Amino acid sequence: MKNLFKLIYRYHVFFVFILLETFSLSVAITNNNYQRATFFDSGNFLSGTLFEKFSSVTQIFEFKQVNLKMAEENIVLRSALHEMLLKSNRGNYRTSDSIYLPQIAKDSSQKAVYKFTTARVINNSINQQHNFITLNKGRRDGIKPDMGVIANGQVVGLVTNVSENFSTVISLLNSKWKISAKVKRNDYFGSLSWDGKDYRRVQLNEMPYHVPIQNGDTVVTTGYSSSFPEGLMIGTISEFTIGSGSNFYKIEVLLGADFKNLVIVGLVENKQLNEIKQLESLNKYGN
Amino acid sequence: MAINPFKYLLIFVVSVLLQVLIFNNILIARVIAPFVYILFIVLLPFETPRSLLMVLALILGFTVDLFTNTPGVHASACVLIGFLRPVILNLITSRETLESVSNPRVSNMGFHWFATYVAFLVVTHHLFLFFIEAFTFDSFLLTILRVILSSVMSIVLIVLSQFLIFRN
Repeated sequence: MKNLFKLIYRYHVFFVFILLETFSLSVAITNNNYQRATFFDSGNFLSGTLFEKFSSVTQIFEFKQVNLKMAEENIVLRSALHEMLLKSNRGNYRTSDSIYLPQIAKDSSQKAVYKFTTARVINNSINQQHNFITLNKGRRDGIKPDMGVIANGQVVGLVTNVSENFSTVISLLNSKWKISAKVKRNDYFGSLSWDGKDYRRVQLNEMPYHVPIQNGDTVVTTGYSSSFPEGLMIGTISEFTIGSGSNFYKIEVLLGADFKNLVIVGLVENKQLNEIKQLESLNKYGN
Repeated sequence: MAINPFKYLLIFVVSVLLQVLIFNNILIARVIAPFVYILFIVLLPFETPRSLLMVLALILGFTVDLFTNTPGVHASACVLIGFLRPVILNLITSRETLESVSNPRVSNMGFHWFATYVAFLVVTHHLFLFFIEAFTFDSFLLTILRVILSSVMSIVLIVLSQFLIFRN
């Protein structure tokens, strides 16, 4: 027994090393799943507040550009609205008068399923394999997990964790997250993920090679994930090859959103998400 | 010579802030991402007990993990270099020097020695970190390229910091 203590004392540095290394590595491995990041989450009070303060200074310089972008987006939306009004009134519509708006709201039998809000990005990274974004709004502002995050109408990520005042978003540039996506032109769908190599390109997988695709095809959301409405832009096909010995294309998709320059993002809430999830969970118990 | 713990607390805070607020936002040529926060481990006095060194490294790693949503990843890389630092020091320094000089600084040890010492620590740290982060040997060459280029940048930045801040 005495010898054992002697041995432990003699090599205590090595034992401490093994202990600490095992501890930190096991933390790393058990938290490998992005959804389980809880305490180590940039939305926690300490880092959330720090990022908020720092970004409010650095982003001053970017707001002019953001304003310009929003003005452009306004014009696009206004013209889309104009077109919709024209269609819905079957030609009776003449001027872009706001009087017609309430009529449309009454006409449509469908309730609005998606609700939109905005938030400011207070931390963002693109230089890691698993990138996350931190937003300055949290539970108090009605942000919930699984809300979709978009910038200028393009997919950016998904809300994973929410604290009182902040929320964290798993970025599309995170190799642990997959989203279903389809080619807009022919509706064939596959799964979209990031291989961690280039922050401007993601990969569309599981697309069988009989599907006709070409460079420049638009890739949009399918709406299967219920966090995003169908047909939201993700990017365009920039390159595709047939993998050797594989029945699937290797497709590179050039992202529409500029992840290096995110300041204001939109959040999409699917009001029917809980209902859909409940219904889908019934199938799991059936097995 | 007495060690001023507040000085090292300051170095700790500044290293972490530099990393999470500035260098975490840097990505050059799609592969270079410098990790300079290990400056804290680099600058600790020679006489720091080995177990304490590893505990401090663990705290440093977990602090950075807190900001990057990567629980345990930076911590494990830091514990590794905390363990290896005395080994590296014994390899490149004579026993007399270690006893007569108290702190690893350019001013005490010379540019050549300091650069070698930093290079050992940075390369070990980055090699471990990038592979744990990728969690695969799939894109082995790309990860190696990342390690080499990022290491060069981190080494330059850490050595440079000796001439700009933390001269003592």
